[in-house]
Amino acid sequence: MLTFTLALAIMAILAILLGAVLGWAAIKYKVDEDPLVDKIDAILPQTQCGQCGFPGCKPYATAIANEEADINRCPPGGEDGIRKLADLLGKDFKALNAENGEEKPKAVAVIDEDTCIGCTLCIQACPVDAIVGAAKHLHTIVSSECTGCELCIAPCPVDCISMQTVGETVTTWKWRYPVIPLTVKAAA
Amino acid sequence: MNARAALAVTFFPFHGGVHPQEHKTESSGTPIAAGPIPAKLVVPLHQSIGNMAKALVNVGDHVLKGQMIAAADGTVSAAVHAPTSGRVLSISPQRVPHPSGLLEHCITIESDGEDRWIDRNRFDWRTAESRAIRDYLRDMGVVGLGGAVFPSHLKIGGASDGLDTLVINAAECEPFITCDDLLMRERAVQIVEGIKILQALLQAREVLIGVEDNKPQAVDAMRAAIAGCEFKIDVVVVPTLYPSGGAKQLIKLLTNKEVPSGVRSTDLGVQCFNVATVYTIYRAIEHGEPVISRVVTLTGNVERPGNVDALIGTPIADLLAFAGNKPDSDSYIYGGPMMGFEIPGTDVGLSKAGNCIIAKSSGLFPPKPAEMPCIRCGKCADACPAELQPMDLYWFGKSKNFGKAQERNLFDCIECGACAYVCPSNIQLVDYFRFSKSEIWAAEKSKKAADQARERHEFRQFREEREKREKAERLAAKAAQKHDAAASSADPADAERAAKIKAAMERAAAKKVEAAAAQVAADPLTPLDPDANAVPVAEAVAAPAPEPVAPVSQLDPEKAERIREAMEKRAAEKAALEAMSPEEKAAREAEKKAKIEAAMAAAAAKKAAKAAEAAKAQGDQADGA
Repeated sequence: MLTFTLALAIMAILAILLGAVLGWAAIKYKVDEDPLVDKIDAILPQTQCGQCGFPGCKPYATAIANEEADINRCPPGGEDGIRKLADLLGKDFKALNAENGEEKPKAVAVIDEDTCIGCTLCIQACPVDAIVGAAKHLHTIVSSECTGCELCIAPCPVDCISMQTVGETVTTWKWRYPVIPLTVKAAA
Repeated sequence: MNARAALAVTFFPFHGGVHPQEHKTESSGTPIAAGPIPAKLVVPLHQSIGNMAKALVNVGDHVLKGQMIAAADGTVSAAVHAPTSGRVLSISPQRVPHPSGLLEHCITIESDGEDRWIDRNRFDWRTAESRAIRDYLRDMGVVGLGGAVFPSHLKIGGASDGLDTLVINAAECEPFITCDDLLMRERAVQIVEGIKILQALLQAREVLIGVEDNKPQAVDAMRAAIAGCEFKIDVVVVPTLYPSGGAKQLIKLLTNKEVPSGVRSTDLGVQCFNVATVYTIYRAIEHGEPVISRVVTLTGNVERPGNVDALIGTPIADLLAFAGNKPDSDSYIYGGPMMGFEIPGTDVGLSKAGNCIIAKSSGLFPPKPAEMPCIRCGKCADACPAELQPMDLYWFGKSKNFGKAQERNLFDCIECGACAYVCPSNIQLVDYFRFSKSEIWAAEKSKKAADQARERHEFRQFREEREKREKAERLAAKAAQKHDAAASSADPADAERAAKIKAAMERAAAKKVEAAAAQVAADPLTPLDPDANAVPVAEAVAAPAPEPVAPVSQLDPEKAERIREAMEKRAAEKAALEAMSPEEKAAREAEKKAKIEAAMAAAAAKKAAKAAEAAKAQGDQADGA
């Protein structure tokens, strides 16, 4: 009987001790944010365009992490981005959801300086503060900061903002993939 | 062959390397010819690693030979000068010597044929500060002429405790190219003067000039020129083995120091300069001449192969015409056959990187045989001077597995092409490495851009939040100020009375809450009327009691009676409410809401007044003290 009680006591003490250690560790090493959200956010292109239906990349990343949104809702990330998300989350690749838009070449917004009336509406719309200007003064877009989200186009009352595709320059030019894919042509 | 054997000196071989047909004798037989002064020069603005130079002239301006037409933009950049006197025709994007064939900004100058120099002054480098020398070299447009066009001023004045070895790269290992060979044969004395300047600037304890053994005349000329030097200097003859002219390979050959991955040779006390760069440093410092010309080898399928001292910006077509281009030339290589690339057209202007132009014909360069599958024979790994595993890098590049390629030190690849040269399957390995590298760079760039966008977006959110908060604070402060003004204008006795009333009301509110709670506790079956205590709770929250509320036990019976009466009244009201129609109820509800709001506002104002009074009292106290 004594051995039984002793064993019980030892197990109980052990349980309390380990429980205390675990409890302390849970408080001490608490993970504040879901690290998965950050990992997903790192893959998203950070255009903050809202084409996915969420107000920015981080909310979309959170929704993906909570399994509330599909991985194929980000047009700027394109097929490449969907593939990376699929890899990260162990899901199957899906084609881009056409409802969210289509993949476009990188473009930046440009203000037509002759038409701009200086209303500041585009400044308020820009998610990355890439537009400078003041009320009743000409606005201009810092093209190096522009993510090409197109959010400034809709609020412009005089339609003076247009998107310009960023072409390849000598400095951004890339060597082509040396493998020429063989394509089967249908017999004439 | 005898001459080569006689020149043998100690050296430390590097790993791998190949020995393609040299093809040097075609162009090394004739002295350096003065290049033509073309009618039109196309001077690229981007002629160094780093930022493109900023144009200083306008269309229509008259420029003199050697006049700075574009200034360095930032630290990693170099100035560009007018190669001859004339008029600026245009500043516009044009085709440049680049494998992409894309356009880049160039200044087109129409030469006036006078070739009139700007005033040139000798630079007194002995008394100048190191910073002034660096700025001077940058403004003279001195860049590495070996092909990498790295701004030379960035390599000077780094180490304070001096340099162990200054390596002068005169190996010129690539086939066909002989411009450095001829330069050393003809201008050895000036090169050595340049070496003296560099040795003094870098405080090098030893200078080693590395020359391949296929240039005996250049070796002799250099040996004769270094005779009078007061510091330790030697011409080291190395075997002809491509790519001994690679900076890391030559440093290994001459000093037996291996530069590890990710480390600069400067950290090992070694600095490497191309021999033609040393010559331009001498011309810039001692003669005040900016880099406006360079020696170019014109060879391949031309009538008169040789070297010309050509002006920067000379269209390649003019140079080819000078050398007598044969009609069956089909394309032109800019640089050597191993590392060079085909130019998009002969209208491009010569840049500082252009050491050689080879006219190609199918007879001289038979078309490449078709690429076969990799058989993993490992010959490429044997040939690789960077000691990489090219077959693995090829595999990773082909399958677009760039992370793995980077892990295997893809960025240590110098793109020398030795692997592709030995490949029995004729695989153009370097194309895969260049592809992988540019994909990795592009990915890094977009990652950087995304990080920046994220940071900006987060800051914007933070800023919006802060603005909202500040606005609310401002409004509250304004309201308090207004009330303060009203209170100070009123009779002090009134204020005192008001404060007393307020305190009493607050106490009553607190008690009411407690009484309601007590009632709920006593009779849990009676549902708690949410409206009954919503107001007092809100009031209690909005206006926390300035002094401790009397505890429940100290309730005096009169007040308890009053509370009970109020509660009864409320119950009666509730009963009346139940009897009302929905419309009446809604109207009543709205009225009540308005009343609540008014009460809350009043409470807030009172609190502010109280706080102001307390502050005033404190101020008085302070005055009294």
